[in-house]
Amino acid sequence: MSNATVTEQAQPLEIEQWLSAQTDKSILRFLTCGSVDDGKSTLIGRLLYDSQLILDDQLASLQKESHNRTTGDEGIDFSLLVDGLTAEREQGITIDVAYRFFTTEKRKFIVADTPGHEQYTRNMATGASNADLAIVLIDARKGVLTQTKRHSFILSLIGVKHVVAVVNKIDLVDYDKKVFDQIDAEYREFAAQLGFKSLVTVPISALRGDNIVSKSENMDWYHGPQLVPYLEEIDVAEDRVAQPFRFPVQWVNRASLDFRGFSGTLASGQIKPGDDVLVAASRKPAKIKRIVTMDGDLAVAQAGEAVTLVLDREVDISRGDVLSAPGETPEFSNQFQAQLIWMHEKPAMPGRSYLIKIGSQTVPATITNIKQKTNVNTLEQNPAKCLELNEVGTITLATDKPIAFDAYAQNAVTGGFILIDRLSNATLGAGTIEFGLRRAQNLTYQDFDVNRKVRAEMKGQTPRIVWFTGLSGSGKSTIANLLEKRITAEGKHTYILDGDNVRHGLNKDLGFTDEDRVENIRRVAEVAKLMADAGLIVLVSFISPFKNERRLAREVAGDIDFVEAYVNTPLEVCAERDPKGLYARAKAGEIKNFTGLDSPFEAPERADITLNAAEHDPTDLANELYDLLFEGHQYSAL
Amino acid sequence: MPETHHSHLDALEAESIEIFREVAASFERPVMMYSIGKDSSVLLHLARKAFFPSKIPFPLLHVDTTFKFREMIAFRDRMAEQHGFDLITHTNQEGVAENINPFDHGSARYTDIMKTVALRQALNAGQYDAAIGGARRDEEKSRAKERVFSHRNAQHAWDPKNQRPELWRLFNTRISPGESMRVFPLSNWTELDIWTYIYKEEIEIPSLYLAKPRPVVERSGTLIMVDDDRLPLEEGEVPEEKMVRFRTLGCYPLTGALESEAATLPEIIMEMNASRTSEREGRLIDSDQAGSMEKKKQEGYF
Repeated sequence: MSNATVTEQAQPLEIEQWLSAQTDKSILRFLTCGSVDDGKSTLIGRLLYDSQLILDDQLASLQKESHNRTTGDEGIDFSLLVDGLTAEREQGITIDVAYRFFTTEKRKFIVADTPGHEQYTRNMATGASNADLAIVLIDARKGVLTQTKRHSFILSLIGVKHVVAVVNKIDLVDYDKKVFDQIDAEYREFAAQLGFKSLVTVPISALRGDNIVSKSENMDWYHGPQLVPYLEEIDVAEDRVAQPFRFPVQWVNRASLDFRGFSGTLASGQIKPGDDVLVAASRKPAKIKRIVTMDGDLAVAQAGEAVTLVLDREVDISRGDVLSAPGETPEFSNQFQAQLIWMHEKPAMPGRSYLIKIGSQTVPATITNIKQKTNVNTLEQNPAKCLELNEVGTITLATDKPIAFDAYAQNAVTGGFILIDRLSNATLGAGTIEFGLRRAQNLTYQDFDVNRKVRAEMKGQTPRIVWFTGLSGSGKSTIANLLEKRITAEGKHTYILDGDNVRHGLNKDLGFTDEDRVENIRRVAEVAKLMADAGLIVLVSFISPFKNERRLAREVAGDIDFVEAYVNTPLEVCAERDPKGLYARAKAGEIKNFTGLDSPFEAPERADITLNAAEHDPTDLANELYDLLFEGHQYSAL
Repeated sequence: MPETHHSHLDALEAESIEIFREVAASFERPVMMYSIGKDSSVLLHLARKAFFPSKIPFPLLHVDTTFKFREMIAFRDRMAEQHGFDLITHTNQEGVAENINPFDHGSARYTDIMKTVALRQALNAGQYDAAIGGARRDEEKSRAKERVFSHRNAQHAWDPKNQRPELWRLFNTRISPGESMRVFPLSNWTELDIWTYIYKEEIEIPSLYLAKPRPVVERSGTLIMVDDDRLPLEEGEVPEEKMVRFRTLGCYPLTGALESEAATLPEIIMEMNASRTSEREGRLIDSDQAGSMEKKKQEGYF
């Protein structure tokens, strides 16, 4: 390997030349896929060693540690150079990616090393997201395994375009051409469906150094490239400059009263002073006046450059806006289909509200549908209700307000996103947008049939009616209140219809005769339906003692999801609690037709859920109900 | 459309600027750790670039252990004046009152009280929700896996079991009240990148990095500069003028000097490139205790 050192006797002029060569290298970010058994650590260690990045003090301790281990001719177990993660893994420390650096005369390399089996999908996706190229390790003795296929699929999912499949440990199969040819053919056949732009296969021995830097003397039959020279030469520039101009505004620069600039990094394309731009959301046009940097104004700025743009007129622009080329604007919509990789123990559920971060935009979003999940080992598609940790699926997502985006295949910066938990702020998953959903692509809303579904999707939730029934003092309102707090905390929109409150207003003309009770329920059922139709999650807390009226309420709800929650607290307990003093007054004869005393309560026979509030804490019951509503748990009786 | 050639330094610079702007846009009270060394000098340069023509929209914080090289302090104050940034300095006054020093209390205890504890005090006092530091992933094995945005709980502790995956450049900047973020814009830079960037951009650094005759004493194989009269000389010990420079800057009694003739930046880079020992070897703080970096990080050291 040509490495980055020069002789110590170099002349001043040579020093300058050497230095300017150092400042002018290109950069390649790559990922290594494979498990410890495939020799991944050995390969990375070999690359570091051959680029002479191993210093004397490290080398001395390495040679000592390598004693009694499998070593190459140098007497070193190269894997020791990069290990040190094993112990951490055993302690349960999250290590998704470790980054290593080495440099040659031509290039600086950043290697993303993704350890771990259990978290492999998550780790690999993370490492791949910043990689231009991937090295897929295949053990010559084992050939193309399920694992090899899984790695390759994840690479294609994240859009890594360049792959080097290295057939490692070729020394252990006696440098056999047949073995290599067979693996080469098998891998190419599988990879054909994954859309890589370039693919080479190289037979190597990381331990012995075969075909790493220079041509191996043990494989006369091999005429392809050696690994390091290939990595130094390959052109991975995606030509982002040729793509339409995209500029996510990251920060508004108000240096003075006279200066208002928009700071950010060009995601794609290029821009010159005088060029027309359009704000993707507001469709407001403007021209570029200046491209400001500390090194002076630029005549042109290209993809990847971090600059500050000044426009020729006052336009309302803030962080999250995307400046774009007028004729080639990004999609602007609140719904799209995407591939989602789930990275958290809490599964991904349709209907739950998350935060989506895409470019510099962060807005609430809801998974509206999980269409299918992909078996990462077989690439089979299966129906799914949720996505568990490390699962990959095709989903549709609705955001609270429209956002600007491109398909990930067109633009990784404006098409890749993460989902964030609204309460814990954890990063839950990562996605790549496939396309905007047709209905939402239209910018004008007149064409919309604004119905319950549309309104609900704007709120990112499934409207439903939860109907609490139970004796006075049974705990309905308490549980409804706790449930509402939890749902609201997730950014969902709810309303509680409470018996007492409604009777003070809408139903104040009604008394407590059986007829009035029926009318009371009928009105509340209709109001609940209207509210659910408006997209809300409605919690109805009414004694509703009669089966017929509860059935009526369910019928009025029509196709709206209706859950009957029976708060089953024995009469004695309710009477003893008597939070409003009503039982005492009823027993004293002051209140007539009191449910449970002189008016019947017809207990539901088939409630969707029965909550025993005499024996359980109301918070637990609210959580139980929440799980039923949002986690898809089995209906049960607490 | 022809693409302008972007070198690796251009790419690293743009990435770091983007990280700086993300901090300014996402946090209420950011602060930048300023330790005066070469990495801090690069950090400062990048921060100025990120926000130009605005001034850096957050303060720079220097934790002064009272044993920094005198030249560092002078350099710090000159930079603050030259670039007009808001400089906050903090010293652990309890430590000063107890006269905590590296000679009587040992480097581990001294560093803990005057550096780690002092930093915590300063971060608490400022109620900063984001602290930008100059750490790089290539410095040490344990840093290879560190996030660019590293989440800390309300006690400033790093919870290694609860780190967020970091994809693309989509940094999850969200924190709960009381929590904070450590941010490392130089994560993907190597020592050589730092030096070549300083050379290319002509960034000013303290001249302690350049070789010149300085008074030193040798202590267990390490050359210590006698920066002031607080360094207790052992019996018969006489400071010697030697041509030395420093690879890292910190507290002078804990920073080993290197015998060298490299008096210009290109010479340092050549010498460094030919040298065969790792950068942190000159920092006595690491050799005190095995695996100490990990431990310090969990306690809030950068």
